[in-house]
Amino acid sequence: MDLVTISSNLLLISFIAYLVATLFFGGAIKKSKTEKAYHNSKWGTIGLVITIIGFLTHIGYFATRWIASGHAPLSNMFEFTTAFGMMLVGAFILLYIMYRTPSLGLFALPIAIIIISYATMFPREVTPLIPALQSKWLFIHVITTVIGESILAISAVAGLVFLVKNIDMTKKSKQRFWIEAVMFTLVLVLGFVVTSTTFKTMGYEAEFTYIDKNEAPAEITYHIPPLFGMNEYEAMTPGAMKPWVELPPIINAQRLTSLTWSVAVGAVLYLLLRLIARKPIAAVFQPLAKKANSQLMDEIGYRSVLIGFPVFTLGALIFAMIWAHEAWSRFWGWDPKEVWALITWLFYAAFLHLRLSRGWEGQKSAWLAVIGFVIIMFNLIAVNLIIAGLHSYA
Amino acid sequence: MSKITCQCGHENPYGTELCEQCGRPLSEKAKESDIVDMRYEGSSRRSQTYKSSIVDKIWNFFSSVKIGVGIIAAVLIASAIGTVFPQKFYVPASTDAEYAEYYERLYGVVGKIYYQLGFYDMYNSWWFKVLIGMLATSIIIASIDRVVPLYKSLKKQRTRRHPSFMKRQRIYGEGTIENTAESFAKAEEELKKMHYNVKTENGAILAEKHRFSRWGPYVNHTGLIIFFVGVLLRGIPGFYVDEAMWIREGETRNIVGAPGYVLENKGFTLENYTKEEAEEVFGAALDKVGSIVKTYRTDVTLYKEKEGSLPGSDNLEKVEDYAIVVNKPLKFNGYNVFQMDYKLDELKTMTFHLVEKSSEESLGEFTVDLSNPEKKYDLGKGASVNMLGFYPDYDGIKDGEPYSKSPVPNNPAFIFQMNTPEKPEGEKSFVAIRQTLEVEQNDYAIKFAAAETRNISGLTIRKDKTLYILLLGGLVFMIGVIQGMYWQHRRIWIQEGADGQVLIAAHTNKNWFSLRKELDKLRESTALPAYKDRQDPELDKPEQEGDEEIWT
Ligand code: HEM
Repeated sequence: MDLVTISSNLLLISFIAYLVATLFFGGAIKKSKTEKAYHNSKWGTIGLVITIIGFLTHIGYFATRWIASGHAPLSNMFEFTTAFGMMLVGAFILLYIMYRTPSLGLFALPIAIIIISYATMFPREVTPLIPALQSKWLFIHVITTVIGESILAISAVAGLVFLVKNIDMTKKSKQRFWIEAVMFTLVLVLGFVVTSTTFKTMGYEAEFTYIDKNEAPAEITYHIPPLFGMNEYEAMTPGAMKPWVELPPIINAQRLTSLTWSVAVGAVLYLLLRLIARKPIAAVFQPLAKKANSQLMDEIGYRSVLIGFPVFTLGALIFAMIWAHEAWSRFWGWDPKEVWALITWLFYAAFLHLRLSRGWEGQKSAWLAVIGFVIIMFNLIAVNLIIAGLHSYA
Repeated sequence: MSKITCQCGHENPYGTELCEQCGRPLSEKAKESDIVDMRYEGSSRRSQTYKSSIVDKIWNFFSSVKIGVGIIAAVLIASAIGTVFPQKFYVPASTDAEYAEYYERLYGVVGKIYYQLGFYDMYNSWWFKVLIGMLATSIIIASIDRVVPLYKSLKKQRTRRHPSFMKRQRIYGEGTIENTAESFAKAEEELKKMHYNVKTENGAILAEKHRFSRWGPYVNHTGLIIFFVGVLLRGIPGFYVDEAMWIREGETRNIVGAPGYVLENKGFTLENYTKEEAEEVFGAALDKVGSIVKTYRTDVTLYKEKEGSLPGSDNLEKVEDYAIVVNKPLKFNGYNVFQMDYKLDELKTMTFHLVEKSSEESLGEFTVDLSNPEKKYDLGKGASVNMLGFYPDYDGIKDGEPYSKSPVPNNPAFIFQMNTPEKPEGEKSFVAIRQTLEVEQNDYAIKFAAAETRNISGLTIRKDKTLYILLLGGLVFMIGVIQGMYWQHRRIWIQEGADGQVLIAAHTNKNWFSLRKELDKLRESTALPAYKDRQDPELDKPEQEGDEEIWT
């Protein structure tokens, strides 16, 4: 077996470990009557051990891939997103040891699992580095940013536990609507994973030529049945489905097709889940969050912003500026990815001020943490896929 | 304004909420509250005290955190809007009309509005700059408004606090214990073990740690201000050089923006990853995308003009040889020269034959150096060619004359006069790539034989004296946030009341969980009254039995 294969297998082991560990954290909550027992639960300890094993094999994936390629595996969407999942688990382990709260694990690990599944939807080949990425700063800047973002993400997880526990799911309210919207979004990501995996195993491919926005001819391959066609497309694969409509050149019809498929499949999934459960998804999880101490969740949420904010500043702004100056001769260029890092930073600065000076604790703070996570994910996913700039990996 | 004299005798500045020394509530608001607002120790802040004059109003406006957060939000939203469509500097256009056309063509009506509102140049717009200015003002004023009184009251605090202060803390407990003196001595010892600074004053203890963390926000704000100053300084000439230059292989040129320095381009190389070297690991990726660039490199020699030599003379002194690649700029005397761009295969020379049309026999060949063409080429045996016209970037005929749109030899064209023994008066011929025009039928022709090309490197030259200021700002900011966020200012007050009751209260600016853990640890080894966290209602819910012990 060569190193790259070993590396992929290690990642698979981590993935399975996180799944199993989630069940144990679930058990920790189910089995204990009082919160005291729940804090010292054997189930929780076993869950932690399995999580740590998964984390170690995850690091193993990272190290072997690094050795195989000769550069830190942080250079494309697959690598970056898996590293984010890894650090999310790392940050969870840190906070679990500090606070010992299985509820956090029950929500953090599934989110890490979804993120890793999402990562594997991108091309997984080891690619050599283009000149701009050949620098020690690739590792320093990206890893610090990822660590900062994943610690910040834990605050969203704590916020989610807080909200699922405290929002009254029996009455119609804005909060109930939005927490369910968060759940729906998570199901949509699953929808994306399910769609891509299905068509990938079927080996679906349809090639097209089209005219891009600079009026130059180009080619594109769809891996799922094309709903939307690129500008002035012509089908190259005989027998493939004909797109419903042709879109103007500034819209990437292939990505819109993926998005539409994911939303459609995700919506069907969601409806099925609702039919089975006969109540909102957030209400399904509510009993699992009930035993968490709200004040403690609030504090974990705040604490992780306090720990994550300086790390994020260092990685995403300071190191980023130093590297940008080495590579592109300017430390700041208002590239969309840079701007969104700035937006994330400003957002958390606002969060801290609102909390410290205006006393935004509890639900308000939990919502802010969730929004912060949405901004981080937007920068990770949407800015790469929609707003193309210098950083676009994929 | 008049001072407020507390019952304990201390004179407090006008506007004080809690007596600086004993902590008694002074204002109505403080007297009525259950848990007092401890954020600035109830000290007198200018913004909360004076509200009438214009200066007061401006001061209060900028010192409000509500306004501050509003400004941050405005910058955030403006920045986000700026990423919706590409900004001006990423758009291939130069005139207003071209910009307008570009946004409208690609993004329709929305693009047109985006352009008209000036969002296409968001970060250089005057109002974006005004927002940043307001942000800086707000940071400065808000900080001064708070740090001065906070510093004063933390300095003046006394060990024994008034019971009304103790009772208004979030963590509070009271009760009677046996052997008060002994317990207090033990508590003092334990607190010291937990690295508290302990002060005692007949029957009262004040344990305090990490007060320095309270200065964190002010330190980090200072860092931000230093950063802003650095950015402002770039506007001043001399602080900041940003130039670009193109240099051909074999050329030696003065470095733009760096007087006295000369650069020779010894060769530009573009290398791709080859399948041979990378087959095993990168094979799959290379199959998929074709080729991937490995290096852009310009090999250069840097020269410096000798002291006192005339500008432009050859009096050069070699400094060093260097290979400029992306991520490794050439550095000298505060300047950085970056590999930014390149052009491959620009025509350098062209070689032609002079041919007799009927026999197709060559009378000899000559080579034109396109960057430095000669007027006349002698072919020997009485044959020669004169160059009557040279159009390096030929773009058709304008006003009856051939027209060159640039001095770069992208599409060279020539007017030659062919002088031969047969036709001593000469024949004229217009020669361009794949095209020959003759005024009248000629007997001779110029035939293209060969061309030599070379590469050009695009370099950027920067000198930025403000970088160190920016770096300093970043450093100070980091110190400030770490100081304020990784440590917390904790205080524990324990005292014996007049009636023999023992009061215990505690405060931290954040992270109450750890403070409670420390208090519980303290109570394990020392007999002290139980306390309540008055802001954690769930802890007291009866149905969640066992909750109290979570913290042990
Ligand atoms: C991008 C801009 C800003 C950043 C990054 C920033 C950063 C910070 C940070 C990290 C803290 C400490 C928070 C904590 O420990 O929880 C803080 C505190 C504070 N900031 Fe800012 N700040 C910014 C702008 C402002 C503005 C515009 C104001 C004006 C009102 C302001 C007023 C304050 C105040 C009053 C505190 C609390 C100080 C204390 O209570 O000890 N900040 N700031």
